[in-house]
Amino acid sequence: MSLAIETHALRKEFGDNVAVRGLSLQVKRGEVFGFLGPNGAGKTTSIKMLLGLVAPTSGSGELLGAPLGTRAARAQVGFLPEHFRFHDWLTSEEFLTLHGELHGLAAARRQARLDELLELVGLAPFRHKQLRTFSKGMLQRIGLAQALLNDPALVFLDEPTSGLDPVGRRLVRDIIHGLRARGTTVFLNSHLLSEIEITCDRVAFIKHGEVVRVSELKTLVEGETSVTIRARGVTAAVAAGLSQWAADVRVDPAAAEPGEPVVTQTISLAVASEAALPPLTRYLVGQGVDVYAVQPERLSLEEVFIQTVGTDGGL
Amino acid sequence: MPAIFVIARLTFREALRRRIALAALILGVAFLVLYNVGLYFLNQDLTRSVRGQPLEQATTNGIYNFLLMAGLYAVNFLTLAMGALLSADTLAGEIATGTIQSLVTKPIWRGAVVLGKWLGFAGMLAVYLLLMAGGVMVSLWLQTGYTAPNIPRGLSLIYLTGLLVMTVTLLCSSRLSALATGGVVFGLYGLAFIGGWVEQIGAFLRNTTAVNIGILSSLLIPSEALWRRAAYEMASPLMQAAGFVSPFSSTSVPSPLMMGYAVVYLLVVLGLAVRVFQQRDL
Repeated sequence: MSLAIETHALRKEFGDNVAVRGLSLQVKRGEVFGFLGPNGAGKTTSIKMLLGLVAPTSGSGELLGAPLGTRAARAQVGFLPEHFRFHDWLTSEEFLTLHGELHGLAAARRQARLDELLELVGLAPFRHKQLRTFSKGMLQRIGLAQALLNDPALVFLDEPTSGLDPVGRRLVRDIIHGLRARGTTVFLNSHLLSEIEITCDRVAFIKHGEVVRVSELKTLVEGETSVTIRARGVTAAVAAGLSQWAADVRVDPAAAEPGEPVVTQTISLAVASEAALPPLTRYLVGQGVDVYAVQPERLSLEEVFIQTVGTDGGL
Repeated sequence: MPAIFVIARLTFREALRRRIALAALILGVAFLVLYNVGLYFLNQDLTRSVRGQPLEQATTNGIYNFLLMAGLYAVNFLTLAMGALLSADTLAGEIATGTIQSLVTKPIWRGAVVLGKWLGFAGMLAVYLLLMAGGVMVSLWLQTGYTAPNIPRGLSLIYLTGLLVMTVTLLCSSRLSALATGGVVFGLYGLAFIGGWVEQIGAFLRNTTAVNIGILSSLLIPSEALWRRAAYEMASPLMQAAGFVSPFSSTSVPSPLMMGYAVVYLLVVLGLAVRVFQQRDL
């Protein structure tokens, strides 16, 4: 079976400005895929190319086996735009009916989906209210319902939780879990790393319009571990010996020379996995270091993000 | 339902919901009331005998025809202004706000959005024109019993004027902002308008160069030529023969060829609007 999303070196130039340099992506069917990157990295343009809103300057791609930009590619896709501006003089019911008709859903099925989805996003009591009376959170919810009308096999959510209160975020998260349980592929673009961390199976980091890293979320946040060790008697030689397990070893205060007064030092380092901790501890003890504490701290996605795309914001 | 009709209905509903239709209706009624009041007092003068002698029927009919054309001249302008105002913001606005994104990511042909909107506006213009022009004609008939010749042909030409301006507006709106669209469309209309006058006065003075300048401006946008032909079709024999220069009559009558040109022009502009919208990034 084809992939949910597959692109080869998608590129978009606006005049002299290269918005997306060469996007090559593979998203499997049924996974929740996070799309991460700093502002201006080309995330929005990438999504627009995938949805056929923007024509790529070069490169190619497929959604669910159909070439980008074709009606077949859009038929099984749902989309919640980032700036959910809709025809706000429509009522919830009219709005969903309109989009159901554009999907070509038969009347009976449209009505059934409409009732189901209004219930799902908690807007059933507001079905006859015009969208212009809605709060930002309610608009987001009706937008989500719109994205799910056709029972899509692939859903694009562009910043689905921005501007939502905790209850709304929880709702979005539950909906994404529900979609995953039904085998729907979700492509999630979000600035809220905590959301990505909770919901995604895999993430891609993009910078300057290129994928710089794709990784399973599990290995990403569980693999690299930063460790803080409290100890006494760490010499420069001992510290140097740590580099066989760890990168970026820092000792504070700096490694003591023989004869100096013994003080408590803090060693911070990052290991590839927790499995490195027992031999590392045995090594310290074997070198005559007094070990008071070994404290592993998982890297948060935020740290991975900054390590991966840098702090220059991709500018 | 095919996407074109879904969008056409949405366009209609928008006009009703956002009270555009209501505003047009209220002002339209105000226009007809004013026209009727004016007509009433003018007609009182006309039916009064002149120095004991009643006016000849042909003369009064000529005057009634003049009054009808004055009313329709205003209706013609209102219809084309309505066409421009309705459609100036429709694509430009939805592109600017991103509203368009949730429409065109549906499995529909992108051109259906343009054609659907066009169809919706065409329907609105038809209703508007029938109410306004019909109101003018019925008012005149009720007060004086006068009806003009060739009404269906004349109204069709006025309708074509409205469609033409609306379609040009839609084309601009698919590429430019709403404000720029308004500027371009009224600029073009102004060119055709002044070109039309150069042509009429040129014809009156038998100046071929001036007439040709007018025809050239009509090639740019044939809106004024359509009105001149409509006025010619519905003019009374007396008005047709009078040969004087007024906004409501024609000394240089645009040819049937120009009418054919207008139809082709409209279709080409509509096709271009679809093409431009299909190819642009949203």
